[in-house]
Amino acid sequence: MTDHDDRVSRRKALECMTWVGTGVLWTISGGVPHSLGLIDQAIAKEASGLTFLQISDSHMGFDKPANPNAKGTLEEAIGRIKALPEKPAFMIHTGDITHLSKESEFDDAEKIISDARLDVHYVPGEHDVIDPEIKLYKERYGRGTKGPGYYSFDANGVHFIGLVNVANLKGGGMGSLGDEQLEWMEDDLKDRSASTPIVVFAHIPLWTVYPEWGWGTEDSGRALAYMKRFGSVTVLNGHIHQVMQKVEGNVTFHTARSTAFPQPAPGTAPSAGPMKVPEDKLRTLLGTASVTFKPGEQRLAIIDTPLQS
Amino acid sequence: MTFARKLALGASGLLVAVAIAGSPVRAADAEVKIDNFTFNPQQITVKAGDTVTWVNHDDIPHTVVSQTQAFRSKALDTDDKFSFTFATPGNYPYFCALHPHMTGTIVVEASAGK
Repeated sequence: MTDHDDRVSRRKALECMTWVGTGVLWTISGGVPHSLGLIDQAIAKEASGLTFLQISDSHMGFDKPANPNAKGTLEEAIGRIKALPEKPAFMIHTGDITHLSKESEFDDAEKIISDARLDVHYVPGEHDVIDPEIKLYKERYGRGTKGPGYYSFDANGVHFIGLVNVANLKGGGMGSLGDEQLEWMEDDLKDRSASTPIVVFAHIPLWTVYPEWGWGTEDSGRALAYMKRFGSVTVLNGHIHQVMQKVEGNVTFHTARSTAFPQPAPGTAPSAGPMKVPEDKLRTLLGTASVTFKPGEQRLAIIDTPLQS
Repeated sequence: MTFARKLALGASGLLVAVAIAGSPVRAADAEVKIDNFTFNPQQITVKAGDTVTWVNHDDIPHTVVSQTQAFRSKALDTDDKFSFTFATPGNYPYFCALHPHMTGTIVVEASAGK
């Protein structure tokens, strides 16, 4: 497919969002997403460069009617990752590994996810930091991180930043990064060239999806300001258990599905609680995402793949 | 009268006895239900010395955390409860540390004779 000049308007891009659930490939060039087509074509095209996977919201320990077997659906997701024709470079996990921050839940997650035999870069969700000192999460995933677990690393010329916006939350607010983390981030980005592609990942969306349900990060504006001069910024989040994408200037925001249970679209239910759907629909609403970067092109492609299409 | 019928009658007699014996047990002074990511009622007024019990009816865990460090529950899974006895009059704003947009207030009034 040669579609480099096949620019779509923002309006068109937003219309295309409704296709994401069935596997639309997005590439990002100068902040403008291009819809390339359906997932099979996308996989055929994007066979080289850096591809990594995003999994999110595993909720080990969840056993309520919306999905009594969250372990089983995580196993299915990992099974599909193992079966991919091209082995991804690594995985990121955007939080809510566990449902109640229990040792046994972290154990289950570790056991299932490690079966993919990929390095996994984690950030915690609010369900992983229920113990006030965040001891259990940090024991397992905190090595080499700062504060409640933020860090950065580089891969194939892309700079990755894992942020924590679920610690020390204040009553009446939403997700929060806090001064210390924001200062660290400013410093982390300061000496980087504006042509470096940036991928930021955190649990709660870094844009305000729906404040009534707390779906946003109150001080994310400062984080976004630090990234303004960069040509390609991709923000990957979880938390809302559904695919959502928004483009704002140079920044593409994207949320991944959960592997555990779906949540309602903003405002379509009395609350953000787990959404019960017919058994045969559940797997169409659970899934993972894959993200591809091609060196020299500054293009990132995001593909959302449900457990069942 | 069949044996089963006698048994049933006997059992209902027992139940009555249990209910009577149970009646002096005092229920919680006030209850706050957690439903659909809200504290209900969002504000209640109690007397000093009263105990407030929170019950989580959601399929998602919540916590009950005082804004002034007066109390802090563990994560309450579905149907879990947390109780706190308010000894001192005052306003006690609180929130859910997992979903901080969820807030509530307990107003504690002085109680005569306490």
